[in-house]
Amino acid sequence: MTNRVNSTRVKPEISLGFIVKRPGLVSLIQDEGRFGAFNLGLTNGGPIDKLAYHWANRLCSNELNVSVIEVSVGGLALIAQVDTVIAVTGARMPLTINGQVKELWRSYKVKAGDLIELGFTNVGVRSYFAVAGGFNITPVFGSSSTVCREGIGGLKGTKLVVNDILPCTSQAKAKLVKLLEKDQPKYCNEVILRIIPSYQQHHFSSHQQKLFFSSEYNVGKSYDRMGYRLEGQKITSDIDGILSEGICLGAVQIPNDGQPIILMNDRQTIGGYPKIGSVISLDTAKLGQLAQFGKVRFEAISMEKARDLILRDLSVFNQTEVISCD
Amino acid sequence: MSPDLKIEIAGENSLIIYFAEQVNTEVAAKIHQAQLLIRQKMSKDIIDLIPSYASMLVVFNLVEIDHQQLTNKLQMLLTNLQIDNDSQGALIELPVYYASESGPDLPLIAKHINLPIEQIIAIHQQQEYRVYAIGFAPGFAYLGEVDNRIAMPRLSTPRMKVPKGAVAIADRQTAVYPNNSPGGWNIIGLCPVEMFNANKTPTMPVQVGDRVKFKAISKDEFFALGGVLGATYD
Repeated sequence: MTNRVNSTRVKPEISLGFIVKRPGLVSLIQDEGRFGAFNLGLTNGGPIDKLAYHWANRLCSNELNVSVIEVSVGGLALIAQVDTVIAVTGARMPLTINGQVKELWRSYKVKAGDLIELGFTNVGVRSYFAVAGGFNITPVFGSSSTVCREGIGGLKGTKLVVNDILPCTSQAKAKLVKLLEKDQPKYCNEVILRIIPSYQQHHFSSHQQKLFFSSEYNVGKSYDRMGYRLEGQKITSDIDGILSEGICLGAVQIPNDGQPIILMNDRQTIGGYPKIGSVISLDTAKLGQLAQFGKVRFEAISMEKARDLILRDLSVFNQTEVISCD
Repeated sequence: MSPDLKIEIAGENSLIIYFAEQVNTEVAAKIHQAQLLIRQKMSKDIIDLIPSYASMLVVFNLVEIDHQQLTNKLQMLLTNLQIDNDSQGALIELPVYYASESGPDLPLIAKHINLPIEQIIAIHQQQEYRVYAIGFAPGFAYLGEVDNRIAMPRLSTPRMKVPKGAVAIADRQTAVYPNNSPGGWNIIGLCPVEMFNANKTPTMPVQVGDRVKFKAISKDEFFALGGVLGATYD
């Protein structure tokens, strides 16, 4: 008996990485997102600002789809337990390492024991904290992305909490690079959202559509990873609802109060409100950097044009060089 | 392609196929069949599918294919969509402990429709339901259609907490709550079978297009199957 206990005793696995000293307002583990589980009712999740997410990984010489922390609004503080390389991109949150001010959009070496802090944002809402090699988070349905509403992803299906340990390997030899300021995305408080008219568009009269495309909206007080509620010109359709159907990223729902809701990464997979069209992903990323009172206008584009824009954006990303800081 | 089938734009990388204006078991069978075909023949182009009552959202890889090419492919594939045995879906039996202690809205429904509780329970079991859609929450399967005699509108004030396993009715739909959640459906019993478990394969006992029958079990059988009573209904 004693022998058996001895032989099966496993040395407790100590995973090292970063300890969460302060989680900030909402900090979530995200990777590229969860795809292929719609039939179970699971949504995509994934980074709201995909461009900033991809840059964070590129600055750490990572595969583009590995796990990072999406920090909303700010307030995250981590203590490194390993020697490695980190980078932060996205919303302008003051970054310090051991109290020393550092830049976003570039990678830095950190040593075990270092304190990395992100203050609260000046412009934009979400930033991305990447580590060389990515965080080692067990995927659920193929992804580490945290969707709090579903209780799925991340360490235990929730936002980060104090004393969470985010495991990663030591990658102290990763190259240090930066993205030139001229190549960095700019964030502001106003965006034009390009939208492909679709779904129940024909249930909105041409007058209603004109109103929609000529009005300015404000981001209301409820805006989150599920959806952005806008406030402004009321829009009406000639139907109350539809048979519930699949909702894609960026779909613009118009409920009975006439105030548009733009559905984001954590949206419900099906729904029964009329939709006037869908915002392209390049622009849901920009919308996701707006907070309450941010200003929004819409511009209609064709499906062909949308594809051109997205493919061009991809090729610009691939062709943009990073500058060595070693 | 069947004349009543329409393929329309949804978003930059999504099309939506409308199979009919209304929902019925034949439409559900068609959607189930189309889903199998698309997953089988077009896996390279497709990122994900959302089958629902009378439609299916098709999310595609826009780097590989544009919407026009995809529409053509879908039209070719879905020409003469045949409903065969595959499209009938599996038949799954779900046990339910129907009682006032597990289904607190039974007395209310009985009063509303003026039928005895025993008959409501019997009618709920008679029907063979289709899984029309899965959504709202992970594993939440919308089953239709409930016999008109026991169709019951949603509660005017939704509950803050409906327990996992609650079997409930809203209008002509019925469902088993896969987890504790808020909800406004009328609860008539508890099902001890897990509707969603991320650590199990398969994750869910049903998928869209399957058929479901409910079967009454006793309190003892409910406990034997791992059922738990005593949840609060706020």
